[in-house]
Amino acid sequence: MSDGKQALADWTTGAEAIVYQCCAACGTLQYFRHSFCRACGAPGPIEKRASGEGTVYATSLVVRAATPETRAHVPYNIVLVDTVEGFRMMAHGDNDLAIGDKVTARFAQFAGRLVPYFEKVK
Amino acid sequence: MSFITGVGLTAFGRHQGSSSLDLMSKAAELAIADAGLTRAEIDGVLCGYSTVAPHIMLATVFAEHFGVRPTYAHAVQVGGATGLAMTMLAHHLVEAGVVRHVLVVSGENRLTGQSRDASILALAQVGHPDYEVPLGPTIPAYYGLVASRYMHEYGVTEQDLAEFAVLMRKHALAHPGAQFHDPITVTDVMESKPVALPLKLLDCCPVSDGGAAFVVSRERTSETAVRVLGCAQAHTHQHVTAAPGLSGLGAEIAIARAKQAAGVAISDVRYAAVYDSFTITLAILLEDLGLAGRGEAAARVRSGYFGREGEMPLNTHGGLLSYGHCGVGGAMAHLVETHLQMTGRAGNRQVRDASIALLHGDGGVLSSHVSMFLELTR
Repeated sequence: MSDGKQALADWTTGAEAIVYQCCAACGTLQYFRHSFCRACGAPGPIEKRASGEGTVYATSLVVRAATPETRAHVPYNIVLVDTVEGFRMMAHGDNDLAIGDKVTARFAQFAGRLVPYFEKVK
Repeated sequence: MSFITGVGLTAFGRHQGSSSLDLMSKAAELAIADAGLTRAEIDGVLCGYSTVAPHIMLATVFAEHFGVRPTYAHAVQVGGATGLAMTMLAHHLVEAGVVRHVLVVSGENRLTGQSRDASILALAQVGHPDYEVPLGPTIPAYYGLVASRYMHEYGVTEQDLAEFAVLMRKHALAHPGAQFHDPITVTDVMESKPVALPLKLLDCCPVSDGGAAFVVSRERTSETAVRVLGCAQAHTHQHVTAAPGLSGLGAEIAIARAKQAAGVAISDVRYAAVYDSFTITLAILLEDLGLAGRGEAAARVRSGYFGREGEMPLNTHGGLLSYGHCGVGGAMAHLVETHLQMTGRAGNRQVRDASIALLHGDGGVLSSHVSMFLELTR
C-alpha cells in the first residue's frame, strides 16, 4: 500500500479470506483493492476481513466455458453476493442458489486457483 | 451541424480468407461511394479495434492500407458502444471544423480468424483481472447475472426474453446479408443449448466476420440527408461487480442527456436501433430508453409494436442477434440499416416512416452507453 500499511492476504493471492477496504475519511466501503478511496480520494483505506456472510444478488450457471481448465468444472455457478458488511462481490456458489438466499463462504479450488464459494445457510 | 452522408455494410457470417483490413476496406469503399465522395476527400479516419489483429495504431495502419492520408485519425475503444462513440466524435469534429469528411470504419474476421474459444476468452477480459476473471465467467455469464436479477425484480421470464431472439431472426430473414436465414420460435430458443443460464444459445449473438462504415460530413452531399440531432454518453462502471443497481444504469443517463442535446422526446421517435448482444440487453435497454414500460418490452414484441409494420420498427436488419456480430462493426450495422430506412432505401424491409431515429449502443456489461438521435432532412 502506498501508505506503508500491510495489505491483508485474500483469495486473490491464494489465502482463504475475503478482504475489503473502508475509508477512514468518508466511511465508503470498496471491494476492489486500491491505494485510495474511490469515493473521496483519501489515501490508505483500512483493510478488513469480511465475515463471509451475505445474500445472493444474482446468479448465472455457466454451462459453456471457454478454456480447457474451466471446462473441467462445468456447470459452475457464478454469483454476485451482497455481503453483510455492505459490499458486493463475485464468487462461485452452489448450483441451486436463488436470489435472496442467505449464504456463507467457504473456499474451493477452481482451475488451479483458490476461489470463494458460497453455500446456503442451513 | 453534421450529416451521415454515406453508409457501407458487408454481409455478416463467414468471410474465409478476408483479414480485418480487407473487411474494413470493403465497407469503407461502399460508404465513400454511397456518399458520392472520392477517397481523396476523406480527411478524417476513426476506426474501431480488431481482437483478431490488435494493433496500437489501427487507424493509421488502415489509412495506409486503404490509401488515404487523413489530417485526423485514431482508433476508438468502448466495446460495443464504439460505433456510436465514433459517430459522436465525428459529429463533434466536423461541427468544430477540424475536418470535413470523417470515415468511420470497422471490420473484423472474428469468426474465421480465430477460434470461438479465443473470441469468448478475449471478450471475457472486460471482467476484473483479479476479482472476476479467475472465477471463469464468460461474457454470457456477466449478462446472465444481469438477466437473473432483472427477471427477479421485474417478473420477466425466459420466454419473454426468447421473444426478442425470435423478432430479430424474423427481421434477419428479410436481409440477404444476415448470418442466419432460418426462422426460429420461442420453443427453439427455450430448447437451445444452455450457455450461461438463464441465457441459452439463441439468447446470445453469434460471432461473425464482417465490416461496416459510414461517412460523417460537415455538409450534405445529396438532397436527402440524415442529420445528427444530438447525442450523449454515460459511463457508470466497467465491471459488473461494481455496477449500480438496475435503476441506475447508464442508458437512462445517456438518453436523458441525448434528449436534451437533440431537443426531442421519445414520442417523436419513429425508428429504433438498439444494441442487442443478448436478449436481456435488448429488454433492459428498450425499457431504460423509455421505448417500453418496465418489464413490458416483451409484451410489446408480442403485440407487433417493434415489428416492421409496427409503431416502432426495431433493428429491421436482424440486429446483433441475427444479422450478426463482428465486434465494432456489429453495432455499426444498426446505423447503416437506420440510414437505409431513413432514406427510403431499405427495399423489402422498408418501414413507413423513419424520419426520426433513436440509436443506442452499450459496451462492457451495460458499462458504457451512447444514445443518439438522427433526423431526415430534405
